[in-house]
This record gives sequence, structure tokens and C-alpha cells, in this order.
Amino acid sequence: MHSSGSAAPHAGLGLGLVFPARKDEITQAPTPRQRFLDAAFRKTCYAFAWLTVLLVAFIVIRILIAAVPAMRSLGAGFLTGRVWDANAGNYGILAEIWGTLYTSILALILGSLFGVAAAIFLSEGFLSSAVFGLLKKLDMHLNPIAKSLPDQVERLLKELIELLAAIPSVVYGLWGIFVVIPLIRPYCDWLHSKLGWVPFFSTDLSGPGVLPAVMVLSIMVLPTITAISRDALVAVPPKLRMAAYGLGATRWESIFAVILPTASRGIFGGIVLAFGRALGETMALAMLVGNSNQIKLSLFSPANTLAALLANNFPEAGPREVGILMYAALVLLAITLAVNIVGAFILQRASLLHAE
Amino acid sequence: MATIPMKENTGGVPNPFAGVDFGQLERSLRRPRTFMDFTLNFVTTLLTLLALVPLFSVVLMLLWRGGQRLGLAIFTSLPPAPLEQGGGFGNAIVGTLVIVGLATLFSVPFGLLTAIYLAQSRTKVAEGVRFCTKVLTGLPSILAGVFAYGVIVLVTGGFSALAGAVALSVLMLPTIILTAEDAIRMVPSRMKEAAIGMGATQTQTVWMVLLPTAMPGILTGVMLAVARAAGETAPLIFTALFSNYWLWEHGKANLMQPTASLAVLIYNFAGMPFKNQVELAWAAALVLVLMVLTANLIGQSLSSKQVQQ
Amino acid sequence: MKNRHILICGFALLIATVACNSNQASGGNEANSVKLQGAGASFPAPLYTKWFKSFVGTRKDVLVDYQSVGSGAGVKGVIDKTVDFGASDAAMSDEEISRVPGGVQLIPMTAGSIVVAYNLPDVKDLKLPRKVYPAVFLGKIKKWNDPEIAKANPGVKLPDQPINVVVRADSSGTSFVFSKHLSAISPDFDKAVGVNKMPNWPVGTKSKGNEGVTASLMTTPGSIGYIEYGYAKSQNVPFAQLENKAGKYVAADTASGQAALASAEMPANLIVWNSDPEGDSAYPIVTYTWQIFYKNYDAKKAAAIQELIKYELNDGQKESESLGYIPLPQNVVAKGLSAASGITAQ
Repeated sequence: MHSSGSAAPHAGLGLGLVFPARKDEITQAPTPRQRFLDAAFRKTCYAFAWLTVLLVAFIVIRILIAAVPAMRSLGAGFLTGRVWDANAGNYGILAEIWGTLYTSILALILGSLFGVAAAIFLSEGFLSSAVFGLLKKLDMHLNPIAKSLPDQVERLLKELIELLAAIPSVVYGLWGIFVVIPLIRPYCDWLHSKLGWVPFFSTDLSGPGVLPAVMVLSIMVLPTITAISRDALVAVPPKLRMAAYGLGATRWESIFAVILPTASRGIFGGIVLAFGRALGETMALAMLVGNSNQIKLSLFSPANTLAALLANNFPEAGPREVGILMYAALVLLAITLAVNIVGAFILQRASLLHAE
Repeated sequence: MATIPMKENTGGVPNPFAGVDFGQLERSLRRPRTFMDFTLNFVTTLLTLLALVPLFSVVLMLLWRGGQRLGLAIFTSLPPAPLEQGGGFGNAIVGTLVIVGLATLFSVPFGLLTAIYLAQSRTKVAEGVRFCTKVLTGLPSILAGVFAYGVIVLVTGGFSALAGAVALSVLMLPTIILTAEDAIRMVPSRMKEAAIGMGATQTQTVWMVLLPTAMPGILTGVMLAVARAAGETAPLIFTALFSNYWLWEHGKANLMQPTASLAVLIYNFAGMPFKNQVELAWAAALVLVLMVLTANLIGQSLSSKQVQQ
Repeated sequence: MKNRHILICGFALLIATVACNSNQASGGNEANSVKLQGAGASFPAPLYTKWFKSFVGTRKDVLVDYQSVGSGAGVKGVIDKTVDFGASDAAMSDEEISRVPGGVQLIPMTAGSIVVAYNLPDVKDLKLPRKVYPAVFLGKIKKWNDPEIAKANPGVKLPDQPINVVVRADSSGTSFVFSKHLSAISPDFDKAVGVNKMPNWPVGTKSKGNEGVTASLMTTPGSIGYIEYGYAKSQNVPFAQLENKAGKYVAADTASGQAALASAEMPANLIVWNSDPEGDSAYPIVTYTWQIFYKNYDAKKAAAIQELIKYELNDGQKESESLGYIPLPQNVVAKGLSAASGITAQ
């Protein structure tokens, strides 16, 4: 029987040694051996799923154990204090909690905007049709060499965006210091002088601060959002798109009304990953956020994040300070937890609203 | 109005376009829907191009500051001492390959098997696993290093490439699990149902239908995870430390010793007040980006061969 | 398809070969080779790296490696026994020393100065009195043309600009030493801020690392900050002359640093802080930095460590100056060598 799927000929990723199956084998009822392998494999997957839970629990417990002495001595005041004075014994991370949430949410908004736009650009094939149009104008569109050009250019664009993920976070930090901050300084000063009454522009940019950190952070999460969203958009069955066109929708009407909602689960998954990355980003933010215990709405003021606090203090921390830093780490994990709960809640409400 | 006269002689066959006002088939930007369409096309293109600007800016910066050091010397030499000229970071390149390679070897099977389970079940356990994975995405990279320090370094009594690989795989795991799960879920259910209908066991369905079809998506996740892991410094400082020597001593490679890596090299050298070292740091960043690009391309070509067959 | 199989198998084979050939020991695996792993302070890291490379070049059987992870992490490495020797700008507290079974031997290996660097394009020489620079870092003196600064710098045109103070964002030995000095000469500073690796500075924008502070200083006119002498020297950042205890204005250089070191007596445990040196030509902010060794090693390592210490204290000192560090005074070298002979094989 000729198999129309692409799966059979290479017997599943070259592990034909383990699960030998020629084309026809899966068309028959499973042999006892196959049933055994099936059960064994499923149990293995189940075991690894549990291992994941155990791993996360293990990490959290270790952090908890290290944090307990600090939790006992500092109590809940740690979460509301704004001063980090090692000599006086005052430790408080409210400013860091604010900074973490503020920078991550802003970076996520910016990153999602650009990321989903780029994903739509890639999945709609604007570039390849533009290249094809160009080739047609030059009358080269049937040329055997140039024929694959549109697809290759499209692939190149996808590669370039994913390449943003390959840049080390240290390099992003250095780029922020040497390129971004000098670049935005004149505009920030202008905004501050003209629109200083707006809370977002109320201080001046003295160097590192929320805005450079947010800009660089959004670039760091962009490839994740784009790559995953693009995969989600491309996976939408073509017939849905065609049905929308058939009913008279313009391209963008079909995108907003049909394609985005269908791909929303995947896009949201990408955003969740991006948010996690933004919350935990250590190196680049340690260099760019200004490391100052301030709580201000101003985009130009320096701030501090929990991850940057850890990065800056951990190498030199003595045993007591390690405990305090672990307490801060626990708070960060709790924030991640809370964000995910809120996210799941939003998703649930959204899907109820769409009444699928 | 350019209508076709009803009485045109069309040879007895009814004219399907009779009565159609061709003037209406123009695409006019004055119509609000068309204008919207055009504007959104423009905005999307603009946003995408803007998204690429940082990439070019960073690569340009790397090329400008470190490009002149790209050459054979960096692959064959060891890191120079301060005030020394020349030198390279061949050991860091090897170290990154080994550490990231090991981390991939740990995290991909682990993550893939978990994702297969998650994609197939709707139990409370699956919900719990998914939730734990999402919490893990927010783990700061420095804590992954601290974790591996406590679990591997203290137990084996020294820094090692193995500890570094464990720290990196903890960071890679959530990305791989979540993207692989989504990729497998996005396989049209009719394919899965067809296989089961034909008599395949669930495992056979996974290996012969789901995974091959979901491979591009899974590979995206793996590539994103690898790209991130290759560039992380903080976890490696506590686990693999660094080394100014080659991985192999006296002809044998040793994984259980401090190992150089490009990320730590960049971190070390970028902060030094010596011009030679700073230039090498930029060159190392460039090499790292190129290495990940190469890995990406290899991954893409493996996956596309899959799809073509 | 076949290519993919080959690639995956090849990759797995490569990893397997590398893994199978590894051994569990963290030292060398040949009968006559020893590997010493050190980690710790970042301040002396360039000098140590240079020393170890030269040292290894002259011997075939010893490899010495060093990574800067911070003084705190270095001390932790010594306590956890994950390194063969550590390095710290802040030495070790008694509590930390007591946590190492078998005991430790700290030996000062080099010293360095911390300078107060500034960015005023038109000002070539700046003198800062003892009362002034702590007040600047407390935020009490806010402008460059403040009368106190002008009084000490007659004839110098100081701009009517606010002083942009730059401090360290991360915990560091440099901050520890600088705050220790400021606390020693200014009771106000001691009360308000005190001594710490991460002082709670009342003013100042924060930058990460010596290099971050240097970069901030160089790109923002009107800034002032504290950095290590080596950074100021290599990047040509101007720094102020500070008024020392004897009332003289001294610039940081090798001679003034050595004068400061010589003015303090080195005790038996080789840990000394000279936060306010005596002497006309002593530069006020100078500190030793230590390497931390265990009191006992196995025979091969003990021999190698002895040789290493001898190298560092003798030949090594010749290379200090070119990198911006202060060569140790002879009496300190002698004390260090005699302490090294107390490191025995077990």
C-alpha cells in the first residue's frame, strides 16, 4: 500500500533500529512486541514528565532551604523595604520587584508588537512575493536559478531574526552601553525638557536606566516571540485562509478575524516563554538598568531588577548575604508563578469569550 | 461604467460576466478596507525592518571592534596574558562546543520525552508538569549555575564542563518542552487519527507521524534554546569556571576540570583595561554568533530534508 | 536521510569519545604533572594571569590556572575546597578562616592604589583636600566650583556644574577598600555609610565593574568616581591628587604607593589594613591583596605551590609596575616567603 505520508520512508528519525517498521507494518494490528514497546515508551515519557516536576521542585526546595534563615530574620519587611544597606542590616527589595515587573512588562509589550508583526510578515510571505514580483519585472521568474530565490530570501530573513537569539547577553549589555544609550540620550533629553510633566518623562537620562534596559530586553525576547509565533501562524490550515478570502475578506481582515485567533494558542505560548526570559535576564540588565533602588514611573530613571541584584551581589556575598539573596530569588520565582497564573486566567477568559 | 452589453454574441454559452461592472474591480485606496490593508502592510514591513536594525547594529559593532582579529590565530592559540600581543581563544571555542553539546544531549531527550507526554494527555499531572515548566522559564541564569554548583561541583569536588552542561540544560529545558509540545499539538489531528485507524500503536504514531511532522517546530525550539545557552555567562562562572589551557592534557580530553567557554571569555576580556583583550572579546562574540548561525543552518537543512522526503 | 544519520551518529561519537577519555581527577593524569586551580578577586586578575603564564612557560610539569570570580566567591571556593588556592582583596575574616578544616595561610602577593578619577576637560590637575572628597561622595558638596574645592585649587577654572558621582553597582573589594579609607578619615562618612563591599551610597549613578565606572567617567563630563589605578593609567583617565594624613597632596604612582605600604607594620598573620597611611609621600588609598592557600597539600601539589609562591614573590614583583600594581616592599616579601615554608605536604 503506497503511503502518502512523508513519515514512513525513513522509519521515524532513523531509529528504525529500535522501532523497526517498514511501510506496511503500521497498517497491521500491533504485534505483542510492538505493544510492549508502546507501553514501555509511554511509561518512559510519563517518567520523564515526573522527572521535570521533581527537578523544578528540587531547585525550588534548595533555594527555599538557603533562604529560610534570611526569611526568619527579615520577615515580610523584606518585600516592602526600599533600602539595601548591608552595614545597617536593612534589606528591602520593593524597588527591585517594581523594576522587574516594570521592565519585563514594557519589554514584553514592545517585543510582542515587533515580534508578532515580524511573524506575520514572515508567514504571509510578503518578502517572497516582493522578490517574485521583482523577478517577474525583470522577466527572470522562470529562470531555473532564480526560481528558488524568493523562498531562499524568505528563509534568510527567518534566519536573521533567529540570529538575534544567538547574541550573548554580555554583548547585548555592551551594545546597550556603547550604542543605545548615546543614541537615545539627545531624544530623551528633548522629551524631558519639553514633556517633563508627563510621569514617563519626568527625570533625565543619566546613563543606564529603564528605557535602555527595556529596549535591549525587548530585542532579546523578540526572536523567541517571532520564531514561535511564525510556526503557529504557518500551521494554520490553508483552507481557513482561503475560506476567509472566498468570503470577501481582505488580507488583513482575514489575519485579524481568522488566522490570529487560530494561532493564538501558539503565539501566547511564545509570549509566556518570552516573559519568563525577560523576568530572569541577568547579565544585560545588570549592565543597563542602573542598579538604583528607585521606584519611579519615569522611563529615564535608573531602576533595579531582582535578577540584576543577584548578579551584582552574588559573587561577593558572604554566607549570610547568600541567604538573603536566595530569599530574593524565591520572590522572583513567586512572581513568575503569579504571572503564569494570571496569564492562564486571561487565556481561559479569552477562550470563553470566543466561545469556541 | 464599463459593463458588458447583455446582447454580445458569445456563441450560445451564457456569459458568466454579464452584468458585472468591471469598473468596480479596481483596487482603490479610497476604499477604507483597502486603505487599511495597505497601511497595515506598510506598518508590518516597517516593524519587521526595525526589528532587524538591532541585529545589523550589533553585528556591525562586533565587526568594527573585533573584526580585524578574525583569522586562523584565534582558533589555534590560547588566550594571551595582559600586555601580551596576539593570542586567540581556540580552547574557548572547543569548550563552548563541548559544554553546549553536552547540554543539548541532556536536555533534548529529556525535554522531548516530556513534551510527547504533555501533548498526548490532558490529565492533572500534565497540567502540573506544564505549570512547573512555565515556572522554570523564569529562573534567572545565575541560579541555574548556583544549583549546578551545589549538585555537581560540591559533590565531585571541582569545577567541570559537566557541571556547566547541567546548568545550561536546566536553562534550555523549558524552551524545548514548551515549543515541542506546541509543535506536536499543532499536527493536524486527522494525521494522527489516520495512523491509529490503520493500526499503529500510540508510540508508532508518535515516531512515524507526529515527530517528523512537528520536526520544524521542535527544531525551532531546540535552536532557540541552544542559541541562548551558548551565550550565557553567569551559570558557567560557577560551574565550568574557565581555563587558559586546552581541554586535552597529554593526549586525553578531560571533562571533569574547569573548561574555557566563549561566553566567559567575553565576560573576562571585555572588562579588562587592555586593548588586545578587549579586541579579542569582540572577536569572540562574533565567532559565537557565527557558530550559532552555522548550527542553525545545519539544523534547518536537516529538517528541510525531512520535509522534502 | 543518510547524511542526517551520519551527522547525528558522528556527533554522539565525538561526545562519547571525549567523555570516555575523561577521568575523575581534577588534577593531571600523568605521573609527573600537577594542575593548580585558583579563583578569586578580579582586581589582581590581570597580574596573576600574567604571572601564571610566565611560570608555566618555564616548567613542563605544572599547570596553573586562575579565574576571576570575585573575592567572596574565591573565599567560598577555599571553604568548599573546590579550588587549590583562592584570592581576595578583603583577606578573610576570622569566622571564614575558622570554617576551613586544616587552616589557611594568607600571603599578600601585590598591592594597588585606588584613584579618584574625574572628567573635566579643561582641568588638568585637581587637588582634593581630606575634608572634601568624602563630602563629595556623601553628596554634601554638590558643585564643582564649590568654595572648598576652589580654595585647594587656586588658578584653576572650575565649572559651575553639578558633580556627577559614579559608584559601583556590584559588590566589590574596590568599594570595600575605598569605603574603609573614607570611614577612616571622615567620621560623617563612617556614620552615614560605613565600610562595606557594597556601601549604601547616598548619591551616585551606578555602573558595573571597574570598566563600567571607567566608561561612565569617560563619557559623562562633570563626573567623578573611584577606580583602580591600572584602569586610570591604561585608559588615560585623569585622577586627582589627594591630601594625605601629613597634609601633603600626593598623586598615585609606584613610589607613593610603596611609601604608604611601608608605613604599616605587617603582623604575623600577614593581614593588615592601612586605611590612613602616615608619611609625607604616602598615597592615601592603598591596599594589599592576598592569595589564600591551605596549610597542607599532597606532596606534589605542596612542592608546586612552594615554587609558585617563590616565583610570585621574587620574579613576579618585577612585572607588577608595568601593569599598574605596586611591587611589595622587601620586608613583606621576606615575611611571605617564610610563611610559605609553613605550607607542608601531607
